This record gives sequence, structure tokens and C-alpha cells, in this order.
Amino acid sequence: MQITVPLYFKQIELYIFYLTLVIYCIGTINFLIYLIKPRPLISFLSFYITVIGFVFHSIIFLFRYFTNACFPVTDLHQSLFFFAWCIIGVFIIFNIKHKIPVLGSFVTPLATVFFISSATLFTQNPVQIPPPLRSIWLPIHTTLAFLGEAFFGFAFCGGIMYLIQENQIKNKKWSQFLHRLPSLQTLDDLNYLCLSFGFLFLTLGIITGSIWAEFAWGSYWSWDPKETWSLVAWLIYAALLHGRLTIGWRGRRAAFFLIIGFAVVLFTFLGVNLLLPGLHSYDSFTSP
Amino acid sequence: MNIIVGGLSHKTASIDIREKLSFFSHNLNTPLQEIVNLPSLYEAIILSTCNRVEIICTAVDSEKVIREIKIFLADFHKLTLEEITPHLYFYTGQDAIRHVFRVASSLDSMIVGEPQILGQLKDAYRSAVENKTTGSILNRFLYKAFSVAKRVRTETGIASSAVSISFAAVELARKIFDNLDDKKILLIGAGEMAELLTRHLVSRMVKELFITNRTLEHALLLANEFSGKVLKFDELFDNLAQMDIIISSTDAPDLIITYEKIAKALRVRKNKPIFLIDIAVPRNIDPRINDLPNVYLYNIDDLDGIVEKNRRVREKEAKQAEGIVEEEQLRFYFWLQQQEVTPTIITLKEKIESIRLKEIEKTFSHWEGLREEDKEKINALTHAIVNKVLHDPINFLKTKGEKNRFPIEEIKKIFNLNDKEDV
Repeated sequence: MQITVPLYFKQIELYIFYLTLVIYCIGTINFLIYLIKPRPLISFLSFYITVIGFVFHSIIFLFRYFTNACFPVTDLHQSLFFFAWCIIGVFIIFNIKHKIPVLGSFVTPLATVFFISSATLFTQNPVQIPPPLRSIWLPIHTTLAFLGEAFFGFAFCGGIMYLIQENQIKNKKWSQFLHRLPSLQTLDDLNYLCLSFGFLFLTLGIITGSIWAEFAWGSYWSWDPKETWSLVAWLIYAALLHGRLTIGWRGRRAAFFLIIGFAVVLFTFLGVNLLLPGLHSYDSFTSP
Repeated sequence: MNIIVGGLSHKTASIDIREKLSFFSHNLNTPLQEIVNLPSLYEAIILSTCNRVEIICTAVDSEKVIREIKIFLADFHKLTLEEITPHLYFYTGQDAIRHVFRVASSLDSMIVGEPQILGQLKDAYRSAVENKTTGSILNRFLYKAFSVAKRVRTETGIASSAVSISFAAVELARKIFDNLDDKKILLIGAGEMAELLTRHLVSRMVKELFITNRTLEHALLLANEFSGKVLKFDELFDNLAQMDIIISSTDAPDLIITYEKIAKALRVRKNKPIFLIDIAVPRNIDPRINDLPNVYLYNIDDLDGIVEKNRRVREKEAKQAEGIVEEEQLRFYFWLQQQEVTPTIITLKEKIESIRLKEIEKTFSHWEGLREEDKEKINALTHAIVNKVLHDPINFLKTKGEKNRFPIEEIKKIFNLNDKEDV
């Protein structure tokens, strides 16, 4: 799969990377302006600027896909880069389908933060994982896991929006935000949808991960910190889903759960890599 | 050509005067046909709503047409001039353009930002078009007015917030439930306010309405009107859990809906949200209910507070809207001026050219033995003179005429250009 390209391609990749960064920042600022001034033109612009950013983002990803030795998610820079791509991708599909541009005011800042963090770690010499780990499970496991996390990121934004909106209606503190945010019902439905998809992908991500681990390390589950924390996140979301279906955990409580759940997801993603050494820590790939 | 708007509105006349001067808005054929026959009037539209009666028209002589309109209004409604004149206002030129744009954008309405007036103006325009009383200027003017109204609506928040209690309640319900068409409403008691609120909710697609009252008769009457179902008062609590919106307005001296009842209903409906509106004084619903999760309780003061706040927001947004109107007004006025300049230049050229041709013909018929090539030379000479003479006045019209109409009128007077011809 690996294609060798002339060296100046790397230079072009760098330029496109920063171009994407700038476009995302402009898109995000536009979306934040939309929150203050909800004019259709602003939402239109913000959305299409984000789409253009996403196109460049995808070009870099494809470039890396074809020039890297393995699926380009092997270090923190690439992972954050891919995570931001998943979030924006989910947002674009969602906005085309459901037309709730105000979501962008919450989701694009989140994705842009990840993209900027990715930029601070920018490297063109990614950690190469040892050949025994290079298998079809790498793209499958990581894509499923990141998609799940992207949906939880979405649900996190939905949760925050729900809490803002609910607080206004409950405490009769009407600000202009009330008109800009969707109704409680819409937000709750959105949260439920993201929860369901996120849970599905996370579950599949964990399953494929353990199959991969069996092939690579010879054991399905080895209580590595990443595995443990994913399980914690999975249990939180499982509890919420169960509570919702049986006794109607919805609204405020569900929104809190989604925010806590995403904090755990983030810890699983970042905290574990940075703080707790284990099999998933990228620099430990060489000595698992 | 001038645009003139005249008439009366809620700002200048009380309801009894407005009634007397109003036109039957569903059939404007007769008044339109009569008004377009006024000697100085070219085009006309009649806008007649419960808050205003206005005539939008074009004419060359504004003062004359204003007099004619006054007489028309008085005669048509069989009133005397003295009776109506104090209530009438007339705007011309830029003021007229501004006024119509403000009316269309609902900046001149009794409730600023209410959306009805635009529809009414569109209807008025349609009637005028059907009666062929509009021409190129009013057609363009009205389309511009509609687009200004749209711009105001999308670029400012003028119409985005409710300014009546019923609308505020409906808006809240939609902020909680989004879609109201599959929601159940319960109306307890039957006060006037409750009726109004129900009417608004029913008009917003709510299909299932339940009404309960201590006296069954009144409940039946209301149920008939809104095609709702009557619930016996003692069956109320058995059905509480299926209600999404509960409106209470009984004159009961104590609480009807208690904390425990709603807490129980909430368990049964698996925490699906409930929206309660208590418009009774003394209150019918325990205020502590608002502390329950997914329960939203509003009383009449809360709704009033929202309306008050929205009204202030609208006033702020209205300022921005005035800016848009001013900008568009200037742009349209500029266009109107240009419309004026071009025909004037054409008439001027035509007049001078016809004089030249006439004189040449006269000369040639007396002059015997004139050769073809000499004729051509004379033709070219006179043509050059005419062009040189006209060059400066036309330039003057082109540069000065776009900014104000004074030079146009002067040029027309100097060269004795007749206006009726170029319309």
C-alpha cells in the first residue's frame, strides 16, 4: 500500500495542514458569531467554510494513508488529527440530514481544539508500529473507536446545549439564546441518537480491539489501562442507555451523564496515553 | 413622477374613525376603479386593514393628487372633508418610500414585528394588479417593499420573539416539545385567558384537547368549539399522566394539582416532560412542582415577564431595522430619480430633432436647384448644431438630475416638455 513520493510532497502536506487549521479556525469563529447573530447567511458561510476545511483535512488524511507504512493513527498527533476528522465528518452528515446549524457553534470549537492540539504535536516522522501489529484490525479497530468517541463528543455538545436550554426554561431566565438553541425535545432526541451510535461503535471498537489483541499479543484482554478505562466509559454509557430505556432517564440527568461519559472517554484517549504507561502508549509500541 | 402615500392608521385615528373609512378588503374593485380615474393619479393601491387605511399612488403633481384623494375618501364613505382631514397624513417622495417600507416591515404596526401586515399588503397589491391599477413604478416599488420586509425579518430579530401571553406560551411549548401535533393538552376550568391560550395552541396543530370543568355545561361548550373531549372532573387524576400540556384557570380557592400528583404522573410517563401553565389567581398548581425534573411550571407573572422582555428586545431590533429601511429607501429613491432622467432626455432630444427636421423640410422646399450633396451638408451642419446645443443640458440632467428632481422640472419648463406623453 505504501507509495514513495518526492520529498517536496511533505512540504505541500505541511502547507495544506496549516491551511486546514486556518480554515477551521475561521469556520469556528463564524459559528460562534452565528450564536450571537443568528442570520441564515452566517450559518451558511460557517457550514461551507467547515466543509472546505474538511475537504483539505481529508486530502491530508488520504495522502498519509497512501504514503505511511500503516494506517495513520499511530501517534498522538495523527490520532488527534483523525479524531477531529471524525467529529467534523459526523457533524457535516448530521447537518445535511437534520439542518441544525447551531450545533456547529458547539461541535466545531471542540473539533478545532483537537485539531490545534494535533498541530502542536505535528510530526512527519510518525512512530512506526512493529510489523506484527500491522494488520487489517488496525484501521478497523481505530476507526470504530474514534467514530464512537466522535459521537460521544457530539453527545457531549448536545448535553451542554440541553443544560443551557433547560436552565433557561426552568428558571425563567430568558435570554436570546433561547431562540437560537433547538427545543429540549430535539436536543434530547439528538443526545439519544448520539448515545446509541456512540455506544454501538464503542462496543464494536472494544470487540475488534480485543480480537486484534488476541492476534498480536496472544490475549483478548490484558487489563492494560486503556482497556480498563474504555470499559469504564462503556459501563457509564451502558448504564445511561439502560436507565433511559427502562425508567426514562432523560433530560437533565442524561445530559450530565453524557458530559461525565465524555470526560472519561477523553481520559481514555489522552490521559491514559500521557499519564499511564501501557500497551496502547504509542512509544511503547516497540516494546509491548 | 412622485410616489405619494396617504391615509390614516392607529396612530392618527381611533377605531371608530378607522371603521368609517375602511374599505372591504375582499373586494377592492369598486374603490380601485374609482380612484384610478382621479385626474392627476397614475397608479394606485389601496391597503385596508383594521389598523390602517392607506392609498399608495404615483402622480406628477403631489399637491393636486392629495386634494383629490381627500375628496375621494370623503365622498366614497359619505363623510365630510372636515370630519376626516384631522386624521389623515400624507407622505411624498422619500418620506413616502420610507413609510411604505416601514409598514411592510411591520415597524409601523401596533405590535411592532407582527407578521400579518406583510400578507395584507401583498393581498392589497394583488387586488390592484387584478384591477390593472398599478404600473411600472408601483410594481417595482411593492416588490422592493416585500424584499425589504424579508430582509428586515431575516437580518434582525424583530419578529423572533412573542409579545403576547398566548404567543409566549405557545413558543415555550415549542421550545420544550418542538412538535405539538402529537401532544395532549388538558384545560382545567374555563376562564377567558385560558380560552385564548387554547385557541392559540389548537391553531398550532395541537390535535388532542381535553377539557374538564366543575360545571360540565361550560366544558361541553368549549369542547364543541375546539373539537376537544370532555373529561369529568373526578376522572382528571386518572388521566393526568398522559397529558403533555396542562393549563389551569379555575377559581378554586386551593391547589388542585399537587406536588405528589405530578410526581406520580411523571413516574408513569417515564419522565417525559410536562408543561404546566397556571393562569388562575389564586394559583391552582403547587409552585413546588417546578422543582421536579422535566416539569416546567409557568404562572401568569412568568409569562408576563417574558412578554415584557421580548418587547424590549424588539425595540432594540427595530432600531437596526430602521437602518435597513433607510438604506433601501435611498436606493429606491435613486432608482426613481433615474427613471425620471432618461425619459426627460429622450423627450428633449425628440422635440429638438423634430424642430430640426421640420425646419429643414421647409428650407429645402423653397430652395430650388439644390444638389443632393449640398442637402447632405446642410443636414450634417444642423445636426451638429443641435447636438452641440443639447450637449450641456443633457449632461446637466445626467449629473444633477439623479440627485434631486429640481433640474428635471426646470428643464421641462424651459423646453415646454409635456409630461403626459412619456408615460
